[in-house]
Amino acid sequence: MKAIEPHLPVLPVLIPLFGALFSAFFRRGASAWLVALVATWLAAAVSCWLLAKALATGMPISYQLGGWAVPWGIEYRVDVLNGFVGALVTTIGAVIMPYARRSVAHEIDQHVQAWFYTMYLLCMTGLLGITLTGDAFNVFVFLEVSSLSTYVLIAMGRHRRAVLAAYQYLIVGTIGATFYVIGIGLLYLVTGSLNLADISARLATAPPEFARPVVTALGFLTIGICLKLALFPLHVWLPNAYAYAPSVATVFLAATATKVAVYLLLRFFFTVFGAGIGLASVPIPELLFVFSIAAMFIASFSAAFENNAKRMLAYSSIAQIGYITLGIALANQSGLTGSIVHLLNHAIMKATLFMALGAVAFRLGVVQISDLAGLGRKMPVTMATFVVAGLGIIGVPGTAGFISKWHLALGALEKGMWPLVFAIVSSSLIALVYIGRVVEVAYFREPAAAANKAHDPPISMLAPMLLLAAATIWFGLDTRASVGIAAEGAKVLLGGLK
Amino acid sequence: MKAIIDAVSHYNYFITFFLMVAGLYVVISRGNMIKKLIGLTLFQSSVYLLYVAPGKIIGGTAPIIDPAFKVYSNPLPHVLILTAIVVGVATLALGLALVVRINEAYGTIEEDEIFARDGEI
Amino acid sequence: MIPAPAPETLLFLALALPLCCALLLPFFHRSPNLRETVTLTFATLLAFTVWSLVPAILAGARPELSLARFSPGLEIAFKVEPLGMLFALVAGSLWLVNSIYSIGYMRGNDEPRQTTFYVCFAAAIAATMGIAFSKNVISLFLFYEVLTLSTYPLVTHKGTPQAMRAGRVYIGILLGTSILLFLPAIIVTWYFAGTLDFTVGGILAGKTDAGMLALLLALYVFGIGKAALMPFHFWLPAAMVAPTPVSALLHAVAVVKAGVFTVLKVIVYVFGIETLSNSGSADWLVWAAGSTVIIASLVALRQDNLKKRLAYSTISQLSYVVLAAAILTPISAIGAAMHIAAHAVAKITLFFAAGSIYTAAHKTEISELDGIGRRMPWTMTAFAVGALGMIGLPPTAGFFGKWFLLQGAMETGQWMTLCIVLVSTVLNAAYFLPIVFRAFFVAEPAARSQGDGQDGGHGEAPVPIVIALTTTAAATVLLFLFPGVPFALASMMIGR
Repeated sequence: MKAIEPHLPVLPVLIPLFGALFSAFFRRGASAWLVALVATWLAAAVSCWLLAKALATGMPISYQLGGWAVPWGIEYRVDVLNGFVGALVTTIGAVIMPYARRSVAHEIDQHVQAWFYTMYLLCMTGLLGITLTGDAFNVFVFLEVSSLSTYVLIAMGRHRRAVLAAYQYLIVGTIGATFYVIGIGLLYLVTGSLNLADISARLATAPPEFARPVVTALGFLTIGICLKLALFPLHVWLPNAYAYAPSVATVFLAATATKVAVYLLLRFFFTVFGAGIGLASVPIPELLFVFSIAAMFIASFSAAFENNAKRMLAYSSIAQIGYITLGIALANQSGLTGSIVHLLNHAIMKATLFMALGAVAFRLGVVQISDLAGLGRKMPVTMATFVVAGLGIIGVPGTAGFISKWHLALGALEKGMWPLVFAIVSSSLIALVYIGRVVEVAYFREPAAAANKAHDPPISMLAPMLLLAAATIWFGLDTRASVGIAAEGAKVLLGGLK
Repeated sequence: MKAIIDAVSHYNYFITFFLMVAGLYVVISRGNMIKKLIGLTLFQSSVYLLYVAPGKIIGGTAPIIDPAFKVYSNPLPHVLILTAIVVGVATLALGLALVVRINEAYGTIEEDEIFARDGEI
Repeated sequence: MIPAPAPETLLFLALALPLCCALLLPFFHRSPNLRETVTLTFATLLAFTVWSLVPAILAGARPELSLARFSPGLEIAFKVEPLGMLFALVAGSLWLVNSIYSIGYMRGNDEPRQTTFYVCFAAAIAATMGIAFSKNVISLFLFYEVLTLSTYPLVTHKGTPQAMRAGRVYIGILLGTSILLFLPAIIVTWYFAGTLDFTVGGILAGKTDAGMLALLLALYVFGIGKAALMPFHFWLPAAMVAPTPVSALLHAVAVVKAGVFTVLKVIVYVFGIETLSNSGSADWLVWAAGSTVIIASLVALRQDNLKKRLAYSTISQLSYVVLAAAILTPISAIGAAMHIAAHAVAKITLFFAAGSIYTAAHKTEISELDGIGRRMPWTMTAFAVGALGMIGLPPTAGFFGKWFLLQGAMETGQWMTLCIVLVSTVLNAAYFLPIVFRAFFVAEPAARSQGDGQDGGHGEAPVPIVIALTTTAAATVLLFLFPGVPFALASMMIGR
């Protein structure tokens, strides 16, 4: 233990990386699954340990890769915020694994199952790399690692549209990543550094004539990252990608990929640019407000009119991301706490919802809303978890979703933005419409012939769903852990704003 | 006169941004999936230039410490771009592979024809 | 003699018993008799528990229980105070009576999915207990929503397209108003007051200006859709598609009373009567409630469906409570609390009677009730008692609520309110007494008195139903003769 501890910050990245390497050697899906299972759980354990350590010390844990001194070498820098995001990614990734075996075996051809797990682990590597590294260019590399593996994951879907969705995402995703590199390039030209903390320090003392490239860099970075996190109106890639990807991939991506992009946005806005120059001239918060609210309403409406259940949830994700960016735009303690805690809460709820749909696809093979008819009685546990998580999305008190909205609304009040409170609550009413549609079909329609023989999936798939559904309730009632950490994270971010 | 000299001395940036916009335009305006990828590559290449050009100092040499040289070029951007090129190649390869699969599934790589076959998605 | 358990234990039991019941019931899916035994056992235990909590409360004890903490000052916690005690007493006792009734009704009508029915019912009671004992607005809000959600399957129990539509209206209005108006009100309260605990005298005194108070009050009063203040009353008639025991206990007692109870609590413990009457921010509420009283009564007059008429009567009676609270005198607040109890027993009797008629005679329309009093004397006598309670005549409990309300109105010289109450009393009589008259004094149509049709030869409803409705009818009268406990609790609420 003592020998490992100094290397803790880099381990969550290395474990899935080597896991991916190993699982690529297997021909059988089951063996690769076992490797992935071990790797994800190990990574989760290490990440939680890391988070606990970051919480305990209250100081960022710095790790110099290869012993090269900062700011020349690559630094891994873990504070409460990215420790939290890292723990979230790995934990969700680990919880999905027991579910993955049956679902993947059902949905993906035998000879590429092992590749699926390889890509899954690589995607996780990329996401964790983005989260934990303190080096701007390193972020780009991991961004592409996660993106490339994501394209492959999506293309593994059964429908031929999956390949098309993957291609479309590849185009948009590459543009986003390139925008990001352009932004970093401009920052590098101004500061001569790639270390995030170092850039931040140098920006603070940069002469005013550098304001223009810095603002340009901010613009490129914002757009690049917002493409990745699917902020409205840069969201067009997301619905198809989520709808046609294999169930397990959708669960993982919906729960983690956009969250990591949000983290990146937070990091740049607050830690890097927070103390920077020339930011008053760009109306970024105002723009974020507009796009967040547009996302909350337009995407929710799209969800309400969508007939494919997976796409419906995908649109719902875009709306929920609107909540998160709204908190970023508020940029005060309560708003940011709401945003950060919603990263967790939304990950849990959306993972549950997509898992429930994955279970339906496992039994029926289809996920049009009309196909869910009568499943309330045929697959009672599955639909019960769906309802619980759905209530969370609506923001009913006693569920995790309520907590996020509470803090966001409080943040809006603290800013004196009264109408926002009503915007937040009224968009949850649209969620009531689309979740209610599914509930009505599932519980009040007679099952179709195909659904008559359906029943709940095996326990290996049920257990993760139940666990996350329980977490939805748990984090709605006992928020000491979730809100506590989120508030710490918000403090870290706002500390950079002085 | 000074403005012209300024502009000319920054010619590398003009090339960079011309390539950038041209690439992006190809991606947006073309319906052929291969052409889109070509545009994407062009777009990415412009970034290589953005990094590499400022790294070179005229008259500078590779940073191998030697009393004979006083001016060194910064090697870091070149190294970074080596990585970016690798990433770009991987993206292009994956994109092309996907196009092959799309061609197998749909029998065409024109976006409008695919949408016509599958409905707007 | 076992020593009396601590009030804290009783509080915990009152909350846990119905919840345990809901969790246990699915295991007895296959044997209905055992299942009903479980329900009855738990209902008895709950009634016993809430009643044994009363002496301690009257003696001044205020047991507390904390469940979970959101963030500093924001927790899911319970605290028994007199008004909540009164509400819990009403709901807890009537659950027992209603369970007896349910057995007769559900079996008599061969309803499907009875286990789901009992589970949701127990869950709804658990939520009601949570509402009654909530220590702060946020806990109350939590259980308020749980109550909405747990009653949704009951409203849509029949599974027909009509039930589904009603369910949509039900959940749409109740969840919609609560999220859109109630929740922002809570957030704003928290923002201004920094606490959400129910406190004698209110928490908003001196925290904000009169305009904001009026806005907040509007958000609360309309956001609490369960109080069915017009225009957010549509859900209540819609909910009448549910089986009658649901309409009886939930839509005459638990759910709607939870609404007015919440309004009353918010006015008394969040705003504070003094704060509101000094700022004059609640004057409009008298008008809103008053017009609901009158309009709902007028609509009730025109309903031929018995349950629909009862529903509109409920809407009108609920606004009495809001009206009483809006007068903002201590005496009228007592009246409001008394009316919660009195209307509960009287209205449940009326619904029991309606369900009894449906079970025995399969009739739902008032125009079909000619002469039914002779076939179902117990049912219709109970109905008559309930009707008297609605009108507010002695010897029924309904008298007290109106009496205190009028007294409060006279004290403050609100003649308008006085007129509203008098007019509505006349209207109450106008839509209830004809039913009683028809049942007893109009001869049965000849075709049916021969006993030839399939429903011709009916007599009284099944025994459990008759027991239940006789009990509540008796309670309506007994509450008039012995109003001690509710009156004492209501007086303690305002600190007398």
